[in-house]
Amino acid sequence: MPRTTDPATQPLLSVEGVGKDYTATVLDGVTLALNAGEVLALTGENGAGKSTLSKIVCGLESATRGSLRLAGQPYVPTSRRDAERQGVRMVMQELGLVSTLTVAENLLMGRLPHRAGWLQRDALHTAAHAQLAKIGLQHIDPATPVSALGIGQQQMVEIARNLQDDTRILILDEPTAMLTPRETNYLFEQITRLTARGVAIVYVSHRLEELRRIADRVAVLRDGRMVDVRPMAGLSEDDLVQRMVGRSVNDLEHRPRRVAGPVVMRVDGIGRADVVQNVSLELRAGEVFGIAGLVGSGRTELLRLLFGADRADRGEVTLHEEIKPNQPTALDTQAQAATKIEANNVPPVLRRLARGFASPLQAIAAGVGLVTEDRKSQGLLLAQPIRVNATLSDLGSIASGGWLQRAKENALVQGFVRTLRIRCQSPEQPVGQLSGGNQQKVVFARWLHRPVRVLMLDEPTRGVDVGARAELYGELDRMAGEGRALLMVSSDLRELMAMADRIGVMSAGRLVAVFERGEWTEQSLLAAAFSDTTGRSAAAGDASPSSPRPSATA
Amino acid sequence: MNAPAPTPSTAPATPRAPSVWRSQLGTYLGLFAVLAGMVALFSSLSEYFWSAETFVTIANEIPALAVMAVGMTFVLIIAGIDLSVGSVMALAAATSAAAILQWGWSVPAAAALALATGLVCGTITGAISVAWRLPSFIVSLGMLEAVRGSAYLVTDSRTQYVGDAISWLAAPFFGGISVAFLLAVALVVIAQLVLTRTVFGRCVVGIGTNEEAMRLAGVDPRPIRITVFAVTGLLAGLAGLMQSARLEAADPNAGSGMELQVIAAVVIGGTSLMGGRGSVVTTAFGVLIIAVLEAGLAQIGASEPSKRIITGSVIVAAVIIDTLRQRRAKV
Repeated sequence: MPRTTDPATQPLLSVEGVGKDYTATVLDGVTLALNAGEVLALTGENGAGKSTLSKIVCGLESATRGSLRLAGQPYVPTSRRDAERQGVRMVMQELGLVSTLTVAENLLMGRLPHRAGWLQRDALHTAAHAQLAKIGLQHIDPATPVSALGIGQQQMVEIARNLQDDTRILILDEPTAMLTPRETNYLFEQITRLTARGVAIVYVSHRLEELRRIADRVAVLRDGRMVDVRPMAGLSEDDLVQRMVGRSVNDLEHRPRRVAGPVVMRVDGIGRADVVQNVSLELRAGEVFGIAGLVGSGRTELLRLLFGADRADRGEVTLHEEIKPNQPTALDTQAQAATKIEANNVPPVLRRLARGFASPLQAIAAGVGLVTEDRKSQGLLLAQPIRVNATLSDLGSIASGGWLQRAKENALVQGFVRTLRIRCQSPEQPVGQLSGGNQQKVVFARWLHRPVRVLMLDEPTRGVDVGARAELYGELDRMAGEGRALLMVSSDLRELMAMADRIGVMSAGRLVAVFERGEWTEQSLLAAAFSDTTGRSAAAGDASPSSPRPSATA
Repeated sequence: MNAPAPTPSTAPATPRAPSVWRSQLGTYLGLFAVLAGMVALFSSLSEYFWSAETFVTIANEIPALAVMAVGMTFVLIIAGIDLSVGSVMALAAATSAAAILQWGWSVPAAAALALATGLVCGTITGAISVAWRLPSFIVSLGMLEAVRGSAYLVTDSRTQYVGDAISWLAAPFFGGISVAFLLAVALVVIAQLVLTRTVFGRCVVGIGTNEEAMRLAGVDPRPIRITVFAVTGLLAGLAGLMQSARLEAADPNAGSGMELQVIAAVVIGGTSLMGGRGSVVTTAFGVLIIAVLEAGLAQIGASEPSKRIITGSVIVAAVIIDTLRQRRAKV
């Protein structure tokens, strides 16, 4: 055997040069060793590759490159079940519980005690109760249907399910996202107990304060690469943020701010339950307003409220009249005109809408468009040709008396294909066959020929390769240059810093900070994004001393 | 139909650029081949099958099935299903018979009443399923029972003989072909054009493919869904008229189980039960395949049980072939 080392120092799991490609490379050359009895924190920004790496280890995905070894033996899990048989388990962010079954049935799924097929209810409940007690949940009746539990308790049940005796490696993906502090403490106690038994824990989280409490070492992923693995002791939160970010500065980040025109749309205290809480902002013509924040901070939900895809339950949206600059010839006069308008005042109110738009139809009619986050499930008709998809939101313009004018439609779509450089065999090609970048261009096309004054974009470059990204940025620039107001959500801070003129940061449903171009740094944006989860205020720069972590290892 | 769109200059010109028309042509030819094969098979098995008489008989039997299948095609494309068409057909026939026999209405008024009956039934199905977001399967299953009951009520549970008042609809008109047949053909053509050439048709296909995407593109799916069910009801009403014209009677049991035959015809034509994909022209082929199969099996003297076994097998086989074809096209 190659590389056989002394069993005492041999890592429990070694990851050697692992990479994963979907349409783009999401993970590359990741090497990592995990020792028995340690808690390894795995952290990084959204999309850094944390989940992909975890999924490869627990058998949900297979690596494109590289290899894994478990206790020195080659380890190629073919499925999640296969990985679990070998003692590698993962608690997913999305709950894997069957909500119609009871807690006990979920806990012992796959090994339900039975006699000739008949369930042994007593044995089931005893075993389930023991399992629950391990994690401080003895007050839950094992016969309760999972659907009757709150989301935090469901998460705890999910964790309990994976605390099996044969577990050698346990991956926890954002386990505390929905837990109360008390439940979190139970979880940490249980983690301590497991590590004492020699179980290795991979703790995936954004929550830096928790990592400091629980982790022995920290591994930082950035853009699919492992950038740092080091002991947790002595690292401050700022050190960590620095390591998560630590990139070269992009040229575009230094470009001047676009000249903002008059206010087009004003949002006052819009909200829905506690998902989006009283967000206020102003969108100006010709300006890109970026929205940063962690996944689940309410970014997507905010855009959906502003588009009427979901109904807000409070707040107001005001649309302002359009003021056309007096056809200036030179660029600088335009700039002057625009600044003058801006300096003057806010243009007259066109419409006031309590609780925002009632439906996407209403929003579109008022000149507001949305490019959705998940273009496959919410944006496109994958089986339909490019032609059909590109003209979807403006069928009226290619029809007369309800009949589609095919010639008009073809001409229009060919124009899109040319100007957006959509790479395809023909406009009749189903959109599902195109690459991510070209699919996104088709979605853009839909809003190009409409008089859209406000275009909202949710993760417009997700799943788009670098080359096509540059083209999409060019297109966004052009749209802003035409005087449209763009509101863009992105998990990629570098992208926001390059494209946006202002960046608002959302955290736990609130717009916690708005930065002007030039005022922000990657650190300040991240600090604001983490402000609500780490308990720090957005403004405070340095880390508060965190509570001592429980003594885990001997 | 539409000419293949010229490849734009910036895109790499590949010779195998697929066009809608060409891919449809393949489907048409395939279905035609199946149909021709069946005709050839039955002609070789029975000396009487290959005759003008057989084809005229088939032509005059299918209009009711065909017009309901036209409506059902739209329903399946929006990923719905309407199980009530057979009952609606019976109720429409029954109300028109009652209007003529009991209330002394004129024939055109009675015919209009039949159509209105169908329209109302379809609208109810559509509106209930849209308003409470219920699966149309369940709503139309309820309608199947309720409407059938209404048909019994209207006819007093007895077949009502209307005589030859509206038999002109089913009477030989041109070379033995009835008005009803010509009407069905016209409806197939019109419906295909509506599906492929109108904003409404585009929305129907879009809703069946991805309703949320359509909503976010600014199309309200609700009125479109209701319209599809309403039109299907209307067409079932028309089928009721055609049926009672042919039989010169309104039978409260008419069309029972026919919804399954209608769905089978649409599915044989390659329309997807999952929604988003379908064509009225191929549905017409499906109707012909079912009609030829039925007539052919009768001609060669197949017993009732074997007829049903064979028909069932043909339905499943047709769907398997279509699924395989679709999967290959995707790669």
